[in-house]
Amino acid sequence: MKKLLILGAGTGGTIMANKMRKVLERDEWDITIVDQFKTHYYQPGFLFIPFGMYKKNDVIKPKSDFFPVGLNVIYSKIDKIEPENNRVLLEEGVVLNYDYLIIATGTRTAPEETPGLKGDLWYKDIFDFYTIEGALALADYFKTWKGGKLVVNIAELPYKCPVAPLEFVFFADAFFTERGLRDKVEITYVTPLPGAFTKPRATKMLGELLKDKNIHIIPDFNIAEVDNVNKKIIDYAGVEVPFDCLVSVPTNMGDPMIERSGMGDELNFVPTDKYTLQSQKAENIFVIGDAANVPTSKAGSVVHFEADILQENLMCAIEGRPFTAKFDGHANCYIETGYGKGTLIDFNYDTEPLAGSFPFPGIGPFGLLKVSRMNHYGKLIFRWIYWHILLKGKEMPIDSEMQMAGKKL
Amino acid sequence: MATKTIAGISVDVSGEGYMNDPSQWTKEIATEIAKEEGIDLTEKHFELISWIRTKVMSGEALTIRGIGKSGIVDIKEFYQLFPGAPLKKATKISGVPKPASCI
Repeated sequence: MKKLLILGAGTGGTIMANKMRKVLERDEWDITIVDQFKTHYYQPGFLFIPFGMYKKNDVIKPKSDFFPVGLNVIYSKIDKIEPENNRVLLEEGVVLNYDYLIIATGTRTAPEETPGLKGDLWYKDIFDFYTIEGALALADYFKTWKGGKLVVNIAELPYKCPVAPLEFVFFADAFFTERGLRDKVEITYVTPLPGAFTKPRATKMLGELLKDKNIHIIPDFNIAEVDNVNKKIIDYAGVEVPFDCLVSVPTNMGDPMIERSGMGDELNFVPTDKYTLQSQKAENIFVIGDAANVPTSKAGSVVHFEADILQENLMCAIEGRPFTAKFDGHANCYIETGYGKGTLIDFNYDTEPLAGSFPFPGIGPFGLLKVSRMNHYGKLIFRWIYWHILLKGKEMPIDSEMQMAGKKL
Repeated sequence: MATKTIAGISVDVSGEGYMNDPSQWTKEIATEIAKEEGIDLTEKHFELISWIRTKVMSGEALTIRGIGKSGIVDIKEFYQLFPGAPLKKATKISGVPKPASCI
């Protein structure tokens, strides 16, 4: 029996398990997936929790609900990968050999990387919303908060779901307006980027939205430390921003197991060919999603598009053919802008987010770089699509490769 | 693409003044770009510039974190050497393209 091993049963690992089980013969191929946790989190839903729009139960399901028949599932921590021996060591001495390995161990928040962030005020006046614990703690805090300086800070690039902190401040504007507190809440968006986003057209559009909503932006801010006593964040250039409530997007890092395996870059992301998704370390190792260092967004949509490419290229490798699929960096993000409206961006390695319309058979089209009610519904419908279609590796009516149809240059 | 004469040498630059071809770079060019940015280059600057050039020319991405781990400076010292926008200034003076921020 040949062995395909998948590390991580999040979005990428689960989709790949479903896709590969369909195409690899059961009597020839063992497929095994390893994850330390039994719960699958719908991570895009975390954003909605602080504002009382989703509860915990809206974003969790057992991982086992999404596994195909004929998949070996192991719940265990991973010690390390030994690429030279084609094997993975789990905790307590368990050894798994593989012919092909897919790394899908994602990224995690690492607040301990910023001095003072996980200090006395952590989960008292300082929160994150990229973990279920942080999102729930913040929801409780906002229930009774009387207002003050609300500072949203991104610690470092890259970070998961690059539009989420923008959506957070848009939601906060609407939430505190609806509560009659908006005049008592000063919202400041503090980012290491030179503006609201990376690419010129999206930055302009989103920057104007921030201005319209009276949200201040402090760009080019690289946080050096959090002063818990005087309640301010300080950057390396000495700029200080005071806060009453700090919502942080902490430094994102790959799994510590990647570092133990000697396979990571300085943030524990795995050096990966950005077109083929093959690891640069070994020919029989592939990487999907946030775990890879490819220069596109760390986001579920990217994982979904990569999965089609990875399936094809993995089959090429198994059958001894040259790679035929090439990932273009395609990302597609609905952006909530508050008051039941949203906008949408669609881009890849080479094409920045453009205005126009995005065709979506059956539901769309959706407006690109435009604020509309339809885009908000797109985001809500997506949760259903995620649980019922996407994780199970079923076909979606969207191309993995970015299309120019509808876009205006 | 535009050309610009820096320290008597004609080089290809981007609209924002970053050199497109790192091989056209000389120490004299660095000194002159640094002057425009209000920086007098020291040996420490050149040590870091050389590290940045090696890193970029081998195709690796440049980050503030990476520079902090270079063994030449920590991040605070990096800000002191290139005040204000250190990564932008340092890359411009090092004759390499502006680092793309991918998120």
